[in-house]
Amino acid sequence: MRLILPLICLAVLAVLPLHFSDYGLGLLIGAATYVTLASAWALFSGHTHYISLATVAFYGAGAYTVAVLNEVLPYPAILLCAAVIGGTLALIVGLSTLRLRGVYFVIFSFGLAELIRQLITWYEVNVTGTLGRYIFLDITTRQIYWQMLALGAATIALTAWIMRARLGLALRVIGDDETVAAHSGVNLARVKLIAFVLSSVILTLAGAITSPRYVYVEPSIVFNPTVSFLTVIMALLGGANRLWGPALGAVPLFLVFEFLSSNFPDTYPIFLGLLFIGVVFVVPDGLISAAERLTRRGQVRA
Amino acid sequence: MIGITRRTSLRALSLGMVSAAAMTAGMAAAQDDTVTIGYAVARTGPNATGAGITTIPNYELWVDTVNKAGGLAMPDGSRRMIEVVEYDNRSANEDIVRSIERLATQDEVDLILPPWGTGSNLAIAPLMARFGYPQMAVTAVTDKAPEFAERWDRSFWMLGGGHDYATGLVEVLSAARDAGRINDKVAVVSVADGFGIDLINGARPAFEEAGFELVYDETYPLGTSDFAAIMNGAQDSGADSFVAFSYPPGSFGMTKTAQSMNYNPKVFYISVGGAFPIYPGVADGKAEGVMAIGGVNADSPTIQDYFQRHTAFVGNPPDSWASAITYASLEMLAQAIERVGLDHAALAKELSTGVFDTVVGEVRLENNQLRDLWWVGQWQGGSFRAVNPADKEGASEPVIPKPEW
Repeated sequence: MRLILPLICLAVLAVLPLHFSDYGLGLLIGAATYVTLASAWALFSGHTHYISLATVAFYGAGAYTVAVLNEVLPYPAILLCAAVIGGTLALIVGLSTLRLRGVYFVIFSFGLAELIRQLITWYEVNVTGTLGRYIFLDITTRQIYWQMLALGAATIALTAWIMRARLGLALRVIGDDETVAAHSGVNLARVKLIAFVLSSVILTLAGAITSPRYVYVEPSIVFNPTVSFLTVIMALLGGANRLWGPALGAVPLFLVFEFLSSNFPDTYPIFLGLLFIGVVFVVPDGLISAAERLTRRGQVRA
Repeated sequence: MIGITRRTSLRALSLGMVSAAAMTAGMAAAQDDTVTIGYAVARTGPNATGAGITTIPNYELWVDTVNKAGGLAMPDGSRRMIEVVEYDNRSANEDIVRSIERLATQDEVDLILPPWGTGSNLAIAPLMARFGYPQMAVTAVTDKAPEFAERWDRSFWMLGGGHDYATGLVEVLSAARDAGRINDKVAVVSVADGFGIDLINGARPAFEEAGFELVYDETYPLGTSDFAAIMNGAQDSGADSFVAFSYPPGSFGMTKTAQSMNYNPKVFYISVGGAFPIYPGVADGKAEGVMAIGGVNADSPTIQDYFQRHTAFVGNPPDSWASAITYASLEMLAQAIERVGLDHAALAKELSTGVFDTVVGEVRLENNQLRDLWWVGQWQGGSFRAVNPADKEGASEPVIPKPEW
């Protein structure tokens, strides 16, 4: 039963684009992308409480991989390369920095996106002498949606599996208290690294999958820090340590942003700021926890 | 009771039918009466500055002008008012793409005006082609314009490529060197971004071919705010000409730095931002002789009239590079509609082959590109005048050496 409902949902979501206009499909892609990003982010950050602002570093790296390789390799091979690059990058970064904690990690992860952007810029300027690359791939909008849907479903399935496995338990213990975790025999470095690499590979793939929609890729375009912030706030809204939390936060927030930017193009950033503050103050543990607390209160009263 | 019921229900029914008919008629009339024009421009994010100076004011000025005149003229002689559908594209590609999908399939607008910036215009080009809309890509500087015009045959590229601006500048400097006004050494800096790279890649071979020596050639990252080291290097290089392929923050920063360290090259050239109306203020009133990308024929009465109307409507004059072209592209659109109506295929064909009377003069596209452009301009007597191509009608004589700050 626990499996049947999500599978039905997935099937319905998969046939939706056959009945939607291009704009509807665009919305579906956007929502699916942010569900994937928020879920992948929560896979590592949700349990360990390591707030990462590096989402766009991987997302952008994925897009850039496609831009560099789209005329050289067949599409599946490009995706594979993107995954390998994202994984390697996460491994290097993880090995050197997962000892940082709290605010130091937050700052580092934010800097990482900027670092990668500047490295790519430096390389393109001084070595290849071109900045700005073109992606001309024959991939339809529907195909992008289906790929993103599959990636999102895989992310949630992976999270569900991890939460039941030893890895998930280890991650939760780390999130509660790293010292206790270490004393209980959890291999801190290995556990954190595995989760970080898995999460990063998914983020990189998400960037690679959406990139054919842009045609033109430039570091300043693909490394847009707003993506990192939106991902965090979406996951937090739903509940970062719950399986469906990031998805539940991502869909409504994405739709709200879309509504605000089209109806209040001038004042939209103000609403955005208010919304961020609202999420942190009103539902600090996420919507799912808030709903549970409400129902529990109802039961006690009854 | 029954009779009344039947009568009332009949009455209600007929009333309903009449009002429904009236409503559909009203809607049909509304659709016939107005032309919906959609655009998704950057109100927020990194593109907001450029869009706010060059794109949005001209769109608003044009719509206001057309509607005050009674609307867009149609081939049958009628006039239809413009109704605008506007979105914020948040300077993010995903949003830019989605907003075009929305305008085309949800709002089903008659025409779509492009966003600001090369990347944004490229991001929407495949979609515009798929939905069949003509795309007047004004604020897109790319050397690949011929290729793009061929790939998307309803796209029009109206601001040239990096090589054009670079070679235009080299022509100006060559003439000055041949007249013995400057030496053959050039100090050049460029911003590490698509635009800066395009220009420097065009400039290096052009300078070399013209016999110039690049004694100082550095790039700086986007977002640099301290230009002291760069300007010191340029000053010590012994070059008479200082050339910066820069964005507005860099153009402004280097101007201020050069003034504060009293660096007085005989040629001071900056790129984007130099033609902005705020530049003389940035240069502390000493903009005289500064060269920059773009330019307008400042003596042309149509340009003067356009500057006046822009100032009256927006509150400040337009920039002297892409603004007038943006406005001209809208005039072209209006004239094409007057000749062939709103059918996208006919409109694209007319834009591609027609001759148009605009604020920048008579315009005719070559292979879907506007090639009759100004490449270099200079501040002279309080206005930014075009100096290259020198043989184009309305070109001013460049002032070299530039007066000291």
